[in-house]
Amino acid sequence: MSVWSYANPARFMRLSARLLPWTAALAAGFIAIGLIWGFFFTPDDFRQGASVKIIFIHVPTAMMAINIYAMMFVASLIWLIRRHHVSALAARAAAPIGATLTVVAIATGALWGQPIWGTAWAWDPRLTSFFILFLFYLGYIALWSAIEDPDKAADLTAVLALVGSVFALLSRYAVNFWSQGLHQGATLSLDRAQNIANVFFWPLLTSIAGFFLMFLALVLLRTRTEIRLRRIRALQLARAAG
Amino acid sequence: MDGSLRSLLGRELILAVRAGGGAGLGLAFFLIAVLLVPLGIGPELALLSRVAPGLLWVAALLAALLSLDRMFQADLEDGTLEVMATAALPLEGLAAIKALAHWLTTGLPLVLAAPVLALTLGLPPAGIAWLVGSLALGTPALSFIGAIGAALTVGVRRGGLILSLLVLPLYVPTLIFGARSVDLAANGRDPQSAALLLAAVTLGTLGIAPLAAAAALRINLR
Repeated sequence: MSVWSYANPARFMRLSARLLPWTAALAAGFIAIGLIWGFFFTPDDFRQGASVKIIFIHVPTAMMAINIYAMMFVASLIWLIRRHHVSALAARAAAPIGATLTVVAIATGALWGQPIWGTAWAWDPRLTSFFILFLFYLGYIALWSAIEDPDKAADLTAVLALVGSVFALLSRYAVNFWSQGLHQGATLSLDRAQNIANVFFWPLLTSIAGFFLMFLALVLLRTRTEIRLRRIRALQLARAAG
Repeated sequence: MDGSLRSLLGRELILAVRAGGGAGLGLAFFLIAVLLVPLGIGPELALLSRVAPGLLWVAALLAALLSLDRMFQADLEDGTLEVMATAALPLEGLAAIKALAHWLTTGLPLVLAAPVLALTLGLPPAGIAWLVGSLALGTPALSFIGAIGAALTVGVRRGGLILSLLVLPLYVPTLIFGARSVDLAANGRDPQSAALLLAAVTLGTLGIAPLAAAAALRINLR
């Protein structure tokens, strides 16, 4: 059976109903283990003290904030090419989650930056591109809610997501040109020699897995809600017509 | 085909120039926005010349935004757009011509007025030359990106606000490279790299925007 068969909303509802409790429980477990391990069972940094532990929230939310936009790009592409409604609704469902995680990433960064950098906000390329990313999410959500016809809204937001991805990527590198960075480069990797210390690596990986599963659970839940809203709308239209 | 492009461009320009068309409003807005800033932050020329490149570019961005929401809307409301969609000229061509007309009536006047305003803000002569150059290179991108936003929101009632929310983030690369090239030139450094990147953004936009705008128009006409 091909993966596309789950694009059938009825099949998707059955599958997601079974998957949802497991992903939600796993997400809660991984996040709890990752955060407790990270917060209480890792050493303080020799310069940053305990404030370093914000990475267990900051890094996973920042990673998800970017990857959710990428997921919306893929889902929009699938909708435009194969016309699977579940795909369009999943993109719609993902946007508010992405926007929220973007805000969380910025807020945790500010909380950490206040004592360490001496400032909560700097016009640094990474910080600024997250600000821009947040605006992309807002525009996407606003366009969805501005158009009444659901299929038309799905099509137009998909076009916006494709165009937005091009410009979001462009902006990400354009801001490098505009300001020198204060933010450190990436030090988390699975294969490079330069990597963060092992004591931080494993709890961080656990936390990232937890946040990913949380996104999966939320997007399943919200997509189910969207499908049900569409059904209600169809029923109301049928009743109004008959 | 060639004739239809030309007559369409002529129609757009005539509509913009005649009563109610609103050509020149963008320019007036540009003048007012630039006038308001010295009133807000004080008349010290040293400070003004420091912020002039960014200020002029941001004002140009907002002025370009002002007339975007009417780019397709009037034609959709009276059914002209549907007639045009059945014509031999593809919608991509229509979107490109509309964006070009928008640039001729909004972007080009800004390019011509900018040196005078830059003079009042005390921008050094080298900066003024590059201001004109960068606006000439960058404002077409503003009109063409704007066409995407205008096509996406053409069916939305009071779409002006949402249009600015969609379009302004897309203007970020143009703004950065445009203002940066003027800033570098004004400070006696080589603005070429920024200007080249600005030209690249504009060229890329000229290629992508008509396709995206036409796709959005087709969806809205369905």
